[in-house]
Amino acid sequence: MNGTPGIGWDFARRLLRNRLAAAGGAVILFFFLVSALPGLFSTHEPNRIDIVNILRPPSGAHPLGTDDLGRDVLARVVHGARISLSVGFVAVGIAIAIGLIVGLLAGFYGGWADAVLMRLVDMMLCFPTFFLILSVIAFLEPSIWNIMTVIGLTGWMGVARLVRAETLSIKERDFVAAARAQGAGSARIIFRHVLPNTLAPILVAATLGVAGAILTESALSFLGIGVQPPTPSWGNILTAGKDNIEYAWWLSLFPGLAILVTVLGYNLLGEGIRDAADPRLKGR
Amino acid sequence: MLRYIVRRLVGAVPILVGISLISFLMMHMAPGGPIGAGTDLNPKATAESRARLKAYYGLDQPLHIQYGRWLVRMSTLDFGDSFSPDGRPVAEKIKERIPITLTINVLSMGLIFLVAIPVGVYSAVRKGSLFDRISTVAVFTGFAIPTFWLALLLMILFGVKLGWLPISGISSLDYGSLGPLGKLADRAHHLLLPVLLLGFGGLAGMSRYTRANMLEVIRQDYVATARAKGLPEGTVVFRHAMRNALLPVITILGLSVPELLGGSVIFETIFAIPGLGQLFYQGVMSRDYPLIMGILTIGAFLTLLGNLLADVGYALADPRIRQG
Repeated sequence: MNGTPGIGWDFARRLLRNRLAAAGGAVILFFFLVSALPGLFSTHEPNRIDIVNILRPPSGAHPLGTDDLGRDVLARVVHGARISLSVGFVAVGIAIAIGLIVGLLAGFYGGWADAVLMRLVDMMLCFPTFFLILSVIAFLEPSIWNIMTVIGLTGWMGVARLVRAETLSIKERDFVAAARAQGAGSARIIFRHVLPNTLAPILVAATLGVAGAILTESALSFLGIGVQPPTPSWGNILTAGKDNIEYAWWLSLFPGLAILVTVLGYNLLGEGIRDAADPRLKGR
Repeated sequence: MLRYIVRRLVGAVPILVGISLISFLMMHMAPGGPIGAGTDLNPKATAESRARLKAYYGLDQPLHIQYGRWLVRMSTLDFGDSFSPDGRPVAEKIKERIPITLTINVLSMGLIFLVAIPVGVYSAVRKGSLFDRISTVAVFTGFAIPTFWLALLLMILFGVKLGWLPISGISSLDYGSLGPLGKLADRAHHLLLPVLLLGFGGLAGMSRYTRANMLEVIRQDYVATARAKGLPEGTVVFRHAMRNALLPVITILGLSVPELLGGSVIFETIFAIPGLGQLFYQGVMSRDYPLIMGILTIGAFLTLLGNLLADVGYALADPRIRQG
């Protein structure tokens, strides 16, 4: 790949040899499976209310106990996986798309476009992200779609800076000058030369971004302004945990563990991708 | 030095204008404009407050004039009146909430520095040691733990099971009857858990950052030179390496302002602490738009201020910056 650290066979081999990254990948695959086939992991209905069995501790019938409406916690955690993961992926997709466009435009064209776009990034970064998200939610109705969009719309600035920096360095390389000399237009240079070379850092940012988005979603849902009940999400199960903090520790413990393990998985994989794409940075 | 500060201040002006423009546009992008959204969705907004809001925004004027007027009001910290039944000025509400939030944030920041820097420096100096590996695992776990969840677990452990710490509020019922020392002890007792938790959120990032900087500096030629001329290891680490490695940490101080502010929304809500974060949360829940916009603008302003202070602090500590 033109001497730039990139993504290829070498990369895949280095990534798989990194035990922590492989473990992270395994966790991610496991939760993909849980999201795709929730029935495999829990036979209970996540929304079936059972007023006879309210706030029961973990037992054979309910491995992770029941909540304040008698719903099976394992079923809610299992079905919540799909919600939490989709929020993470869609939000990051939006953030990457915006960040990529802004970063490419700013880095490739420079001048006024660069100045204006980067000041916009500076301004956006001045708003505490969580404040910004909450403000927007206050204008809209909290719903899973709004949450995804808002997390995405407030999370693109880092990607934009990253892509801009990569673009700036790549467009000065000899191979870009060579392509230009052969008569390649801007679009061709961007798509054939610049974009592929920004892939590795974007992949790292995306992987770490999914982790961040899952954390943000869980915090929002925990505060009651994210995914709305009865739809289960890891964050809003924890709300029930807080409401029943004096009686039901299992309501607080298990959904949080699911978040912890998932986020840890994405972070480890993200770091692994970073090391594998550019071994010089290993261990930083 | 003065010239550097002035240059940074002038550079901040367009950002400040941009922040106000984004806030202003956000208000207008709300469905139905500031009045429609505020009153349709908020049953508490009376006809009177609707009229007040209309006058506040001057909605009969063209957009650029509205913005100009709004900017003037913002610069005098006039955010209008809250939608809540008391209808008090937003600025007043914010002012009485800031001290407690600031106290908790400053204390947490102190905690982060006290713990993260030694951990980061030591891990870097003993790279690959057992300590380094354990702290690396701890850092990754720290990154992944939802801090509000940790708060719940610690509340269960120390508040419910052991009964050592109070789990909500900032003072006991008998606070008024306590002596000055008793008051201080009571406050500390209530704030211990929130401060620890808010600090915990920043620990992982800061120690990782310190470690990375330290590793970078240790590779430099001047450190090798210091070693080669036979200086004791302690002098090399503390005098030559650490002083340079810690310079960029000053920047992080400024950059962590928005995260700490965001974190205070969660912690003040969980622990029922009457600070800015809780006020904001209540504003969001009751769709109190003047309050929301006021706190959002103040939050952005504080962040900008944090960045400026960090830049100036960096320049004070490192002559190379203010020369260049």
